[in-house]
Amino acid sequence: MNTTIMLFLLQDGITNGAIYALLGLALVLVFAVTRVILIPQGEFVTYGALSYAMLATGQVPGTARLAVAMGLVAFALDLFFARKALHARLVMRSVALNIVFPVALLGLVYALVGPHTPVAVNIALALLIVAAIGLFLYRIAFQPIAHTSVLVLLIASVGCHLALQGLGLVFFGAEGLRGPALSGAAVTAGPLRFTGQSLAVYGLTVGFIVALWLFFGYTRTGKALRATAVNRLGARLVGIRTTLSGQIAFLLASVIGAISGILIVPITTLYYDTGFLIGLKGFIAAIIGGLVSYPLTAVAAIVVGIVEAFSSFYASNFKEVIVFTLILPVLVLRSLAAPQVEEEKD
Amino acid sequence: MSALLSVTDVHISYGKVEAVRGVSLDVAANEIVTIIGANGAGKTTLLNAVMGVLPLRGRTTFAGVDMAPLDIEDRVATGLSLVPEHRELFGTMNVEDNLELGAFRIAKSTAAVSLERVYTLFPRLKERRKQLACTLSGGEQQMLAMGRALMGAPKLLMLDEPSLGLAPIIVADIFRIVGELRSAGVSVLLVEQNAQAALQIADRAYVMELGEFVLSGTAKDIAANKGVAASYLGFQHEGESAI
Repeated sequence: MNTTIMLFLLQDGITNGAIYALLGLALVLVFAVTRVILIPQGEFVTYGALSYAMLATGQVPGTARLAVAMGLVAFALDLFFARKALHARLVMRSVALNIVFPVALLGLVYALVGPHTPVAVNIALALLIVAAIGLFLYRIAFQPIAHTSVLVLLIASVGCHLALQGLGLVFFGAEGLRGPALSGAAVTAGPLRFTGQSLAVYGLTVGFIVALWLFFGYTRTGKALRATAVNRLGARLVGIRTTLSGQIAFLLASVIGAISGILIVPITTLYYDTGFLIGLKGFIAAIIGGLVSYPLTAVAAIVVGIVEAFSSFYASNFKEVIVFTLILPVLVLRSLAAPQVEEEKD
Repeated sequence: MSALLSVTDVHISYGKVEAVRGVSLDVAANEIVTIIGANGAGKTTLLNAVMGVLPLRGRTTFAGVDMAPLDIEDRVATGLSLVPEHRELFGTMNVEDNLELGAFRIAKSTAAVSLERVYTLFPRLKERRKQLACTLSGGEQQMLAMGRALMGAPKLLMLDEPSLGLAPIIVADIFRIVGELRSAGVSVLLVEQNAQAALQIADRAYVMELGEFVLSGTAKDIAANKGVAASYLGFQHEGESAI
């Protein structure tokens, strides 16, 4: 192999690795705050990417209607769980969040959609749609069982993944879609050519990592989220609403997923079920980071991307196998290093 | 005078086992009330249920508000605060972050004043403010737990076994500070196995046995009661004290 090919593979690996890093960070975030292993993270990727691609062709994606439907269910759940102590303020808040927001969003999508809508508007709409879905997904599927064991949450998570993937087939069809590039610019450095798209990937990944670091290190809400992750009861005792923390975590995860999707859909064709495999690679990175460490997850994600790029060059048939095999030595090492702990029963 | 906290005919069960049976208690403003009793008497269970950590049957009102429909988080906002037996600190966060989060439900400007007050009460915490909570000694962790609760400017502080596992000199320090809280306008409901120390600073006391209050009165009367002295104060030096 010559140096040029190696550089190409490295560049490819780092670009993909940056996406996996974003997804891995979202997984760590959600797990830390809610103990949910977010399998549907991949669906946030596909929903974001394909909603954006459909909006770019001037169609209204089914995800916008899904958000309204999920909002209605979330509203019904809010009323049901608060039935013993219904305040006007609580109902108003629930109406605003669960009904007015998604309905207004659907209206906005219908009003703005068209073949000549600017790229930025389409991106914003796709992000809002997926953000709403993420928020309602937590309310509907996870908040009512937030106190149960990690295993129960995982089973619910797998269920959500299957349901959302099936709905994805309904909304986007079996044919893959590709979206327009964010920018046509390109920079050449030696043999390498950096497209505006890949630069956006790097920029957004670094930007997100810095933003998350600032958010968790310096804002009260960010610290409250960390506190919820460290000690749930302690957090409740100082008045932090752990359900709100869960909603914020899911909101961030869905937005991160959708951004990742929007970043890759101009590079490769995405199908309704592609997100799962992409999310799984973020998951590998998150596992290597022990589902707790953000920096380790980011580094591991870059490694996963690079290993994937090289293995697709040398043994493309075994590309996925090689990537997923990475997890085995890590799990063995971790099981040797960490004392066995029984899962906390709460 | 109407009570700040009023608990009436409360029952608390773990499944079919009733851990607390028909208990009633009051805490007035600016009052220190203690509940003493042996291990397993139901003291911790009662505090947890008043805070909303455990469900209860019966009536609890705090500052005139019925607590039944409120979650833990909303009870905190009404000025009720619990320092639990296991402290429940944010171990991987530093002292200052722990304290800052204690003021999660109050305005940032008020929080700054609270922080100064807590640092005055516990100068040790100020020295350790950048240290992770899990690396503090037991006594410092107890101080942090109390400081974190005080950051929310509570009207009533419920302390669950603040002296548990601490050196006598630290225990004396903690009880001195509990005494100071009263003059700062904070009422205290104190659950303690160290009955002697608790009765010294309390205004009133309840004695709990097997889920029921068997005796109540002023702390002085309870301390003078022969039965109490035999059951709780006599054993103090042999069994419970850290000396």
